[in-house]
Amino acid sequence: MLVVENLVVRYGPVAAVKGIDLAVGENEMVSLLGANGAGKSTTLLAIAGAIRPHSGRILFDGADITGMKAEKAVAAGIAMVPETRDVFADLTVRENLLLGGFIHRRRRAACEQEMESLMTMFPVLRERMHQPGGTLSGGEQQQLVIARAMMARPRLLLLDEPSLGLAPLIVNHIFELIERLRRTGIAILLVEQNATKALQAADRAYVMSLGTIAMSGTGAEVAGSSDLESIYLGRSG
Amino acid sequence: MDVGTILQFTLDVLNLGSLYALMALGLVVIYGILKLVNFAYGELVMVAGYTLYLLNGSPLPWLIMALVAVCMAVIGGITTDLVAFRPVRANSLTAMLITSFAFSTLLQNAALLFISPRARNVPLPEIFTQSVTMLGVIIPVRNLITIASAFILLGAFTLVMKRTVLGMALRAAASNFTMARMVGIPANFIITVAFAISGLFAGVVAMLWLGRIGAVVPGIGLEPLLVAFIACVIGGMRSLVGAVVGGYLLALIDVSFNYALPPDLLSFRDAFTFTMVIVILLLRPSGLIKGPDTGKRT
Ligand SMILES: Nc1ncnc2c1ncn2[C@@H]1O[C@H](COP(=O)(O)OP(=O)(O)O)[C@@H](O)[C@H]1O
Ligand SMILES: [Mg+2]
Repeated sequence: MLVVENLVVRYGPVAAVKGIDLAVGENEMVSLLGANGAGKSTTLLAIAGAIRPHSGRILFDGADITGMKAEKAVAAGIAMVPETRDVFADLTVRENLLLGGFIHRRRRAACEQEMESLMTMFPVLRERMHQPGGTLSGGEQQQLVIARAMMARPRLLLLDEPSLGLAPLIVNHIFELIERLRRTGIAILLVEQNATKALQAADRAYVMSLGTIAMSGTGAEVAGSSDLESIYLGRSG
Repeated sequence: MDVGTILQFTLDVLNLGSLYALMALGLVVIYGILKLVNFAYGELVMVAGYTLYLLNGSPLPWLIMALVAVCMAVIGGITTDLVAFRPVRANSLTAMLITSFAFSTLLQNAALLFISPRARNVPLPEIFTQSVTMLGVIIPVRNLITIASAFILLGAFTLVMKRTVLGMALRAAASNFTMARMVGIPANFIITVAFAISGLFAGVVAMLWLGRIGAVVPGIGLEPLLVAFIACVIGGMRSLVGAVVGGYLLALIDVSFNYALPPDLLSFRDAFTFTMVIVILLLRPSGLIKGPDTGKRT
């Protein structure tokens, strides 16, 4: 479903992603791991259309979406939950969710229904419905942005470090939610630094180091590899 | 102070403040999203003014002429976006600032060249020159029209911003443009809508402003731009509420000095007003009302 070929992304003269290949299949959960600064977020942002790649190709269902605008990528079926979370702080939870369904806004009834079913999955959001997004706790904000992304009814969900800065108990809860989302039939590309949890949940995993893919395989293969630690420490894999 | 004076003072503040608030909103609705002061904003007021002038003598009822003039300001706003901003938006903020200056100068010179450097009278309905007496105070009807128009427009604008998905999208784009795009809000569309709204405010301001001064000149846009800018700075550049608060506050300061200063100091009123503005900014450097805290652009 998603195929990334030889992707290079630069910030000015510096290449943050140096020619990587990766793929995500239908209804597959793939983890992208790696140390801080490895280029994981940059990869996701390029797939979501928020950053223009320098070279390489991104294919979604066989169509070339390289350099596509972010708003077009959503319409194509790719929704992004950025690492910075980015709730619209002064908009209420409900407004945040409604905007998540922006591309379906002409079918208001369907949006309301989608919101209703997401509320069942994320009950805290129902309690906070009319509160500004910025007043939510970290874990609640994370749930809000995931639910907001789901409002677009994506086929591929890009999740950037959903566990970042959250207490262990809440991290467990978030991972349960991700597992349940996956059972709704969507594909997920999950970026994590928290390797243990991400590898348990994933079908397959890639490990990035300094802008390249240093290792890949099934979740168990990568988890069992003796190289994992050294890659994390930045030595070549 | 007697009741009459209080009424007069209040109405003066509300009248001027209504104009200032509308001017400021038109500027801040664009600043919020693009983080850019549109220097061609004043020229939208000018476009509406000259449209009204050119319609002089037509058999249309005044309200229709005014409507056409306001529509021209809206079209002017959209054109500003398409011609001056969209082509250079991918470049630096400086590039946009310069094109906005250039576009402003271009429009002013077009007015100088094709119409006249001299003031041109615009048609105004009789009601703009009538007045009513209340508590012994003579109140021009146009002041009441200004206040009522502003309240209606502010109310409608608030409803749109709060209740419609488009309004929510505008607010989201102002708080985090990149994220707004990542939920599927098209950048070009939302920016054009903001420019259209800005044009709407400029057009209405033009009608009300011309109701006071009666004639249009090529430089008519300078004062609204300046006033809008100061009001936004006082109220907080990032907040729509701030723009409105700033507008009314600036009017309160202006009118207070009008009433309080002795006649021989009155010509220095603007100096006093600016001093007050500086004091406010020393106390609250980012304006009275804080807007959304992210400042990300395109
Ligand atoms: N906006 C930016 N401008 C310049 N360099 C950046 C920017 N964002 C990230 N980088 C750099 O790109 C590299 C990869 O960053 P990132 O993709 O955020 O890594 P990760 O998500 O794996 O921690 C890092 O060296 C980082 O400093
Ligand atoms: Mg990251």
